[in-house]
Formats: sequence, C-alpha cells, structure tokens
Amino acid sequence: MKISFLKIISFFLVIFTIVVFFIALSIDKRYSTENIVGKKIDNFKIKFLSHDQIFENKDLSNDKYHLINVWASWCLPCKKEHPILMKLSKDDNLNLIGINFKDKKKNANNFLKNLGNPYNIILSDTDGSSSISFGVFGVPETILINSNQIVIKKFIGPLDTKDYKNILNVIYEN
Amino acid sequence: MLSNTGNILLIGSIASTFLIIYFAYQNIKVRSPQIKKNIIYLSFFQITFVISSFLLLIFAFVFSDFSLIAVYQNSHSAKPLFYKISGVWGNHEGSMLLWVNIMVLFSYLFFVFNNKTNSVLSLYTLIVQNILILGFLVFLISDSNPFFKILPIPIEGLGLNPILQDPALAIHPPLLYLGFVGSSIYFSAAVAAILSNSDGKNFALSIKKWVLISWSFQSLGIIVGSIWAYYELGWGGFWFWDPVENASLIPWFCMTALAHSVLVLEKRNYLYNWVLILSLITFISSVTGTFLVRSGILNSVHTFANDPSRGLYILIFLSLMILFSFIIFFKRRINDQFNLNPLSKETFILSNNWFMMFYLATVFVGTIYPIFTQVLYNTNISVGPPFYNQVIAPILIPFLIFMAVGPKIGWMKSKFISYKPFFVIIILSLLINFFISFFLKSYNLISNLIIVSSLFLILYSLKDFITNVKSNSYYNLASFFSHLGFGILILFIILNHNFSEEFDLNIKVGETKKIGNMEIKFNNLKIENRENYNAVIGDFNIQDFQRNYLKKLNPEIRVYENPQTLTFESAINTNFKQDIYLTMSNIDGSDFYNIKFQVKPFMLWIWFAAFLTASGGLVRVFLKK
Amino acid sequence: MKTKFLIIILLMLNIKLSANENIGIDTKIFKNLRCLVCQGQTIAESNSDFAQTIKIVVRDKISRGSNEKEIYEFLSEKYGEWIVYKPKFNYINSFLWISPYIVLILGGYLIFKYFRKRRQ
Repeated sequence: MKISFLKIISFFLVIFTIVVFFIALSIDKRYSTENIVGKKIDNFKIKFLSHDQIFENKDLSNDKYHLINVWASWCLPCKKEHPILMKLSKDDNLNLIGINFKDKKKNANNFLKNLGNPYNIILSDTDGSSSISFGVFGVPETILINSNQIVIKKFIGPLDTKDYKNILNVIYEN
Repeated sequence: MLSNTGNILLIGSIASTFLIIYFAYQNIKVRSPQIKKNIIYLSFFQITFVISSFLLLIFAFVFSDFSLIAVYQNSHSAKPLFYKISGVWGNHEGSMLLWVNIMVLFSYLFFVFNNKTNSVLSLYTLIVQNILILGFLVFLISDSNPFFKILPIPIEGLGLNPILQDPALAIHPPLLYLGFVGSSIYFSAAVAAILSNSDGKNFALSIKKWVLISWSFQSLGIIVGSIWAYYELGWGGFWFWDPVENASLIPWFCMTALAHSVLVLEKRNYLYNWVLILSLITFISSVTGTFLVRSGILNSVHTFANDPSRGLYILIFLSLMILFSFIIFFKRRINDQFNLNPLSKETFILSNNWFMMFYLATVFVGTIYPIFTQVLYNTNISVGPPFYNQVIAPILIPFLIFMAVGPKIGWMKSKFISYKPFFVIIILSLLINFFISFFLKSYNLISNLIIVSSLFLILYSLKDFITNVKSNSYYNLASFFSHLGFGILILFIILNHNFSEEFDLNIKVGETKKIGNMEIKFNNLKIENRENYNAVIGDFNIQDFQRNYLKKLNPEIRVYENPQTLTFESAINTNFKQDIYLTMSNIDGSDFYNIKFQVKPFMLWIWFAAFLTASGGLVRVFLKK
Repeated sequence: MKTKFLIIILLMLNIKLSANENIGIDTKIFKNLRCLVCQGQTIAESNSDFAQTIKIVVRDKISRGSNEKEIYEFLSEKYGEWIVYKPKFNYINSFLWISPYIVLILGGYLIFKYFRKRRQ
C-alpha cells in the first residue's frame, strides 16, 4: 500500500516538473527591472560635476517628472542614445538629471561639449557607489520618476525611439 | 557537395536504424534463439554510416569548408589544427552528431558482446536503443543538422570562442559523452529486461561492464572540466555548482549508485526493481541535464548557443521517454522479496545508494528550483555554492565512515569486524587532525569532522589493503583505488577550502606591494603576437619572507580577433604543497592593473586523488581475475 | 575514565565553533553575491565594473555598521533576490531546503523496513 502511495506521489512530481519546464521555455529570462518600479527612490547625496556642492532628494522639484540618466563618456551606447536625450531635453515638463558614472571630469565635459548637453542637472558619481541605490547594472541606464519620487519605469541599455514615445506617453497621460 | 554527402550518410543512418528495429522485431516474433545475420550486417552498416558522417564533419572543419553553416559559425581558417578538430563538438550541431555516434557505438558494442550469451535480451535492447537513436537522428537532421549549407559561401569563418580553445576543454566533451550518453545502453537494457522478463542476474551481468565504463568516463570528464575551469576561467576555484556542472554531476550520482547496487543483483539477486529504476533514471537525468543546458532555461557559465525550439524537441522527447519507461516499469508487478541483515555488504551498498540519492536530490532540486520559483511565483532566485556546501558537507561525515567499513563486510551475514583496529584508526585520525589544526590554523566543527572521517577512510582502506596483501587473499583493487582516492580527495578539498588565501589589489608597473609576509613586484609589461591572438604579458615577482622563496609569474591578457574577445590567463606555480595563482586584468582608463593573488594548498593532490578515484572503474573492467 | 576520554577526543577535534577566520566578513559577503552582468560568477571572483562597484558599496556599508543580513536586504531590494546565492529560508524556498532531508529520511526508512521484516 505504501509503495503505491510512493508511486503516485513520484508520478505527480514528475508530471508537475515537466509541465513547469514547458511553461518555463516560453518565459523571457532577461534582467528584471520590476524590483525597483513602484518604489520611492532612496535618499541620495551626490556631488555636482561642475562644483563640489551636493545634490539631494529634497532638491528635486515636486511638480515635474524627472528622468535620471546614468552615463559615461567612455561608454559607446551612451553616444547612441544621446540624440534621444537631446530630443527629450526640449520638453519642459521633464527634468533631466544626468549622473556621470565612473568618469573623468575632463572627458565628461568634452563629451557634452561635442555632442551637446541635454541635462538640466549634472551629477558625478566617481566611484559608482551612489548609482547602486538606483539598482544600476552598468551604463547607460535611465530611470523615470514622478514628482513624488516614485519610480515609474526603468530602462536598461540605450534609449531608442520606442522608449522616447513611451516616456512622453507617461508624462502626458496624466 | 560535402553537405550532400553528409546528408546522404545521415539518411543512410536513419534507414539502417529503421531496418534494424524492423528485423530485430521480426526475429523476436519467430522466437528463435538464433540471431539473423542481416541484423548483424545492418548494425555494421549503421555504425559505418554514423562514424563516416562524423569523420566528414571533422574533415570539413579541418579544411575550413565554410559552405557549412556549422563550420562558418564556429571555425576560422587561422585557427590551430587541434582546435579546428575540437571545434567539431564545441557547438550544438556537432556535439549532437557526437552524441548520436556514441549511442550507436555503445549499441553496436553491447550487441556484439551480448548476442551470443543472451540473445533475447540483446535483441530487445537493440530495438529500444535504436528507437532512442532514431529520435536523436530525427532531431539532428531536422533541427540541428551540422550539414546545413550557407549561401553565398563566406570567405572566412566567425571563429571559436577563445575560452573554448584549450586542450582540456577539447577532450572534455567526448569524455563526458562517453559517460552520460553511454548510459543510454543500460536504459535500453532495463526496458528490454522488463519486456523480455529477463532474469535479474543475467541483466546485472550484461550491464555491469557498461555501467563501470560509463562511470569512469563520466568521472574523467568531470575532472577534466574542473581542471579547465581552474586554470582557464581564472577565478581560482575548480567547482562552482554551476547548472552545467550540476547537469554532469546528477548522472554521476546515479551511475555511482548503480555501479554498487548492480553487484547486489549479480551476487544475491536482490534489488532487481531498484537496479531497474537506477538504470532508467541515469539516462533520463542525462537527457534532463542536456535539456536544461541546451534550452537556455538556466543562466550559466558555459553558454551554448541556445534556442527554444531545440529545448522543446528535447523536452517532448524526454517526456515520452519518461512516460513510456514509467508505464513499462509499473506494469511489471513483481515485488522483490528479500530480507537484509543489518551487518552485511548488501546493507552497506544500500547505504551508499541512500547517500547518493540524498546528494542527487540536493543537486537536482537546487538546480531546477529557480525555474520553479520563476514559473510559480515570478521571483528570480539563485541557488549557489553556499547552499550546496551547507546541505551536502555535514552528510559527508557518515558517508565517509560507511565507505570505509563497507568493503570489508561479507555478503549475507558478517560477524562483526574486530573493534580494536576500528578504534585505533579513529584515534589515529583524531590525532592527525589535531596536528593539522595545531600547526596550521583552526577551522570549524564540520570541517574538523569531515577531516577526521576522511582520514578514517584513508587509514582504514590502507589497513585493509595491507592485511590482504600479507595474507595473500583475493582483494578488490578497484574498490580500494576508488575508496582511497575519494578519501584523499575529500581530505584535500577541505584542507584547500580552509587554508586558501586570496588577495585582491590594484597595482602599477614598477610598484611593489606587501601583503602579509609576502611581497608582489610588478616588473614590467610586454606585448607579444601569437598565432591567433595578441598577448599582454605581465611580469611579476612573488617573494615570501617567511619561507624565503622567490617565484616569477606571468599572467596574460589575451586579445583575440575572431571573434573579438578578451581572455584573462592565470599564471600558476604548482608544487606538491601548494599552487600560487595569479591573474591580472586591466582597469578601464587607468594605469593600474587589478591583480588577484591566491595561495591554494594541495591542488595537485586534489587532481591526483580525483584521477585515482576514477581509475577504480577502469581497473575493474580491464583487470579481472 | 569516560569523561577523561571524552575530553581528549574534544581536544583532538580541536573544536572551533566560530566561522572560518581566514576570510573577512567582506569576502564572505562577496562570495554570496552574484555578479549580475557576468556568467555565473560571484562578486568575489569577478573583475567586472559592476563587481568593483558592489565591492565598494558593501565595504562602505560594513564600515557604517550594517550587518550581513541588512546588506543582503538592501541589495535584494535593488536587484531582486537573484543577487544572493544562498536563498533565504522562507515560504517560497522552504521546499528547496527541506526536500533533500525528506529524501534522506525516506531512504533511511526504506532500508530500515527491510531489517524489520526479518525480525518478524
């Protein structure tokens, strides 16, 4: 009796496993960004790129959406997404904050001089540690937060025109 | 031209496989003990077709025939000849062809060796095995055909991932395949034994050799893979509990269990059901592992180009295989009736199986659990080394003790082994452990106990060996090698784990840094052009003031062109006591180099012990008394 | 006599219940963190940019007095539980931690059953 009980259990375990495998085949297994979406961003204190003053959460104006873009002059995809950022910078309802990631001040300034500066505020995270609290994997990454500092969307990798439309949709929907 | 020839050979293989199944079935229907000649001829044709198609693919790789998509994607004309050949199985299509080759090879050899003594069982086995072969051949030709053409013919290939261009990794897949693909033959034999109502003892005798052979190759494959990971990945470790490694370990547990319990079936005619189950799950777990690795369902170090349609095919095949073998097994309503004496070889062999199933469950659940949490709860989790170490390590202690005592116990019933040597050896192990921790450093309780029990296993095996040599009685050399080897392996792994040192620092050319009693000097940096890459070579001096030695180490950063990749080559200084291990990597936009300096004691002993363990199986097969 | 014997054994085992002393708390944490941008490497093993940054952050947190658990929680919140190699024991992961022992107990029971039969 006990043996047949074992048989039934093992049979169902096997069926269950196979079904899970079948479902798992069709699941997308890229980095998930969900962990951070819908949460308020952490308190941060980051230095400005141009001078030694410090920028904090409370300095964020509370009537606009903010787009936090993590970039570096040594990062090639950052060059690729730059035109999109330039386009977004024309929108007055969006506050663009650039976090310069593990970069040299001179190179960062050259980068902006050559390609244009889309940012309203430029901060500098020289050792990359402040970016960890935004859940950053690498550069470029972009986080859209609303006026209450809640994360609405997170983009990993360079922004493209689809992301551009996406961002505008979020801003003008409400 | 080459593509067509290859496809014709594959079609020839399929045709001969079909015919073998048909004629073998006819042979069984007429119930004659005589095996028809044409089946033997057909088997010969089949193996000829399959091996020629494999040779043809090797030919295409060697002469860089980029009209084949598999060659174009995985080879390059500037690659050294050795890696052109190993590139054949360094990709999905070629490795599936190797897979089919090994299935056919085992099928052929099994049939040749067994058809005289046990014609009914070998005919049934031939049918089942060829159904499996057919499944893989269809998969090969439809979805993973290594002979697919590409038009227009490219002038140059894309090259093989440089991390795979390594002698150890070149022989690693064939060894491993001889192991777990070879296990297909006893899967087939088990199904055949049930269908033909074969006697347990006969079944045991016909599969025993194949179990040992596949076990030995599986062990060798795992060892070579670890050696590769140790010096090529440059992380300093040799086992990472990575899903791909686990996928090779799971069938190994099954084979180890089977290699033991098949003896009980042979000698005592016990455990028939259990041996059948083990024979079935060995190959089932091999295919499951392949599915997990090839479908891309898990993330892992070793990336095979994966694609979901392949995963789907293997999964359907796997499900059918499990379903049919389950149905066939459950239809056999024979319950083994037997009693065990607690103090008998049977009990100890069963306890081996008991621990093996525990390790199997741990590794299997650990490997697939992230898939379950993702599907059922939509959360991603990682199951890594800390989990396996914590669950597996404590259970090694009783396992090692059982392993020491087991071989000496007689069949059926044994009067107890005398207590005196037993205690002497325990005291001796405790003493040695005390000295180790006294002269080196102390470590935690579990490590203590594992060291004591592995010493117990080593000393006990040696004592057994010496008394047997003295009395000149029959002695099982195979089990002595494997058990002793395993004891040494665990001992040195634990010592290595406890006494490894690791330093991570950034350093510039010309700088000298002090760490502990050692000094690292970065002398200079030079660049060399080699056959198919450029090497940035660092020149380091390592000086130990306490032990007063000076070592020169030259780690490299290799820049490959096809495909464009950076690899970091470790520099290792090996001696009997320890490995000194150094890797360096560049830091973007800085003159500093990040170096990782490790002192890893007893690495050479770990490899030696692992090979000793694996040799046991081959000793058993080839040195029979 | 017996207690003396026991003391000797304990001495020889050289029992040390504390965790491994060779590695610092930071290395221990690095070994339990996945380098998310690498292929199956731990933060301790990896040379990647991401790993370097995580190392800075973890060391910084340690110096500010965070304990191991808090650091894992902080990183899990940002990157998901995926970043920690040793899954914590909770409702979802309970089967992972328990099932090996179920097999162990069940196997022991099955072997034991054959002993009992004999006595009857």
